[in-house]
Amino acid sequence: MLNVSLSPHVHSGNSTQKCMGQVLVGLSLALLWSFWQFGLGAVVVTVSSVAFCVLFEFLITRFLMNEKTRLDDLSAVVTGVLLAFNVPSNLPIWIIAIGALVAIGVGKMAFGGIGANIFNPALVGRVFLLIAYPVQMTTWPVEAGYADVATGATPLALFKMGNYEALPDALDMLIGQTGGAMGEISALALLIGGIYMLVRKTITWHIPVAVLVSAFVFAFAFYGCPKLALMQLLSGGMILGAFFMATDYVSSPMNSRGQLLYGVMIGFLTIVIRRFGAYPEGMSFAILIMNAFTPLINKYVKPQRFGVAKK
Amino acid sequence: MAKLENSLVNMVASLTAITVVVGGLLGFVNSVTMEPIAQAAADKQQAAILAVVPGENVTVSEPWETTAPNGTPAVVYEVSSNGQLLGKAVKAISKNGFGGNIVVMIGFDPEGNILGYNVLDCSNETPGLGAKMPDWFQEGGKGNVIKMNPGKNKVTVKQDGGEVDAITAATISSRAFTDAIAQAWAVISGNSDAATSATQQQ
Amino acid sequence: MSKLGIIINGLIKENPTFVLLLGMCPTLGTTSSAINGMSMGLATMAVLICSNFVISCIKNLIPDKVHIPCYIVVIAGFVTVVQLLIKAYAPDVDAKLGLFIPLIVVNCVVLGRAESFAAKNGPVDSICDGVGIGLGFTVALTLIGLCRELLGAGTAFDLRLFPEQFGALTFVLAPGAFITLGFLVAIFNKVTKK
Repeated sequence: MLNVSLSPHVHSGNSTQKCMGQVLVGLSLALLWSFWQFGLGAVVVTVSSVAFCVLFEFLITRFLMNEKTRLDDLSAVVTGVLLAFNVPSNLPIWIIAIGALVAIGVGKMAFGGIGANIFNPALVGRVFLLIAYPVQMTTWPVEAGYADVATGATPLALFKMGNYEALPDALDMLIGQTGGAMGEISALALLIGGIYMLVRKTITWHIPVAVLVSAFVFAFAFYGCPKLALMQLLSGGMILGAFFMATDYVSSPMNSRGQLLYGVMIGFLTIVIRRFGAYPEGMSFAILIMNAFTPLINKYVKPQRFGVAKK
Repeated sequence: MAKLENSLVNMVASLTAITVVVGGLLGFVNSVTMEPIAQAAADKQQAAILAVVPGENVTVSEPWETTAPNGTPAVVYEVSSNGQLLGKAVKAISKNGFGGNIVVMIGFDPEGNILGYNVLDCSNETPGLGAKMPDWFQEGGKGNVIKMNPGKNKVTVKQDGGEVDAITAATISSRAFTDAIAQAWAVISGNSDAATSATQQQ
Repeated sequence: MSKLGIIINGLIKENPTFVLLLGMCPTLGTTSSAINGMSMGLATMAVLICSNFVISCIKNLIPDKVHIPCYIVVIAGFVTVVQLLIKAYAPDVDAKLGLFIPLIVVNCVVLGRAESFAAKNGPVDSICDGVGIGLGFTVALTLIGLCRELLGAGTAFDLRLFPEQFGALTFVLAPGAFITLGFLVAIFNKVTKK
């Protein structure tokens, strides 16, 4: 039996810190775009989210687990940025603090810290907040500012209402001139960041491509129109999830065949939840569900072992 | 005392004895509680109707079952006090909820003003959003519909040009709620146009 | 073991929820508020004491091969009695707990205690065990319900402690039950294993 150790598997010259740094670089363009689009609100949310994640990581490792703190691996910073990317830019700071506490405390540290978490911590925090404070988490600002900004329906909410005519232009959705969660709106900025990570080999192509292709196919099957299927890909957390959340080292399968299966299932579940579920967005639920299946996929989808004859 | 052997006779005898004793006990308890249980169920039904058509010394008519314009079954109860009609309580269903049907009991006075409502089932609405409807549209709530009259007022959400404040971030559930009112109104007024136009706005 | 020792044992060392992890279905399903959790715990306790006593009395009259069906008939009988009584005299409790009352029949705590305690001990000791385990179950369910109600709605036993909009709705819903249970089991073991 293979003795499987927990990821991240550190190779020569490649450290957790370096990987996380590259993820942050990949996210930076989308972050700048959300600063441009949402102004002060985006800055307040991002800074407080990162600060709270780092603070809780420090407090829990230092005082509850009595371990040496490992803030320099930047993973808490990445969690903070990803959490901020998934929330509206006018979210009150106390809700962000609760989200950060759940992301770090329940999503990560309760399982034993970095490398041992089953679920993507930022998504745990995000889904917790979505269920806990649905009103604040689903009123999306459409203009810059922090308090008292105008809000409007997101493209996904319009999908859910069946109001296809009111959907924004595909080009607007690609660039990111729509309402939505902070870091999700600009598909283009996220794509560029994703391609940067592919080029730097921070991630492999398997998961993002599998997620996007399968989401497109099933969206086409359920909505019956290629244009609507394309809109599905460009809306909500699809691109962000495919490149930055589903590819989390710790909670995704280890080999490429497993990753393809995992990606296809994420795309399928996302569209099923968006089409038939009670919530307009299904990406985070789909990733968390498949996170839970990752150990099973790792067990059954194994590479051919060297020197063992095919049966 | 030693344990009984596993012989067929012993097994059958012990099982039979236990079932007979337990059966007897249940029969006795059932006969004692039958009346209070029926009373509790009747009280509950009465309370649900009286919550939407309040009054004293009331009598509730036999239910009149019919079909609403959207094809769902609707039930009408006439509530009267000392022979005078206080109003009608209508149990209506909207099919346009966020995750399926919602069931609402609505009370109208003889002029058609809404006296009260009681959400019987909104379990398919999102908790914290659409599931707020049991309180949201009450008197004193933000989207008050009490005292509105579907014959005179536009009982639809403001997004559709009506007079009702929708639940924050839950326009669909709010539309379903006003749709249920429209269905109920159509049943008692015999005018199905209102309900049809409310449904078409979805 | 003394009578008091048996009760304490059920309350702490063999606490059905935090140590034995039995009866998880009602534990997760009915604890959306402290009062709901307590009602469920008390209903289970009533069944547990009665079934423990009766089974302990008749244990020698039952041949081994049919003991499980016999125990289940006894337990199901008492559950139905409790259900009918609640329906008749406490319709509000019935409306809140609903299906979970008849489900006490398949609660592992009840059959588990019948098998592991009542079938081996005398009637008086069995009643004590029923009281101890029942109290342990009630206390645990009330505690989980209290945490969920407090964090989720800002109230404790329907008493408002902070404004509702700060409550995290997650705790009132199903996922909150799992999170709360997990952390309470961890804290309980940390405190008692010292």
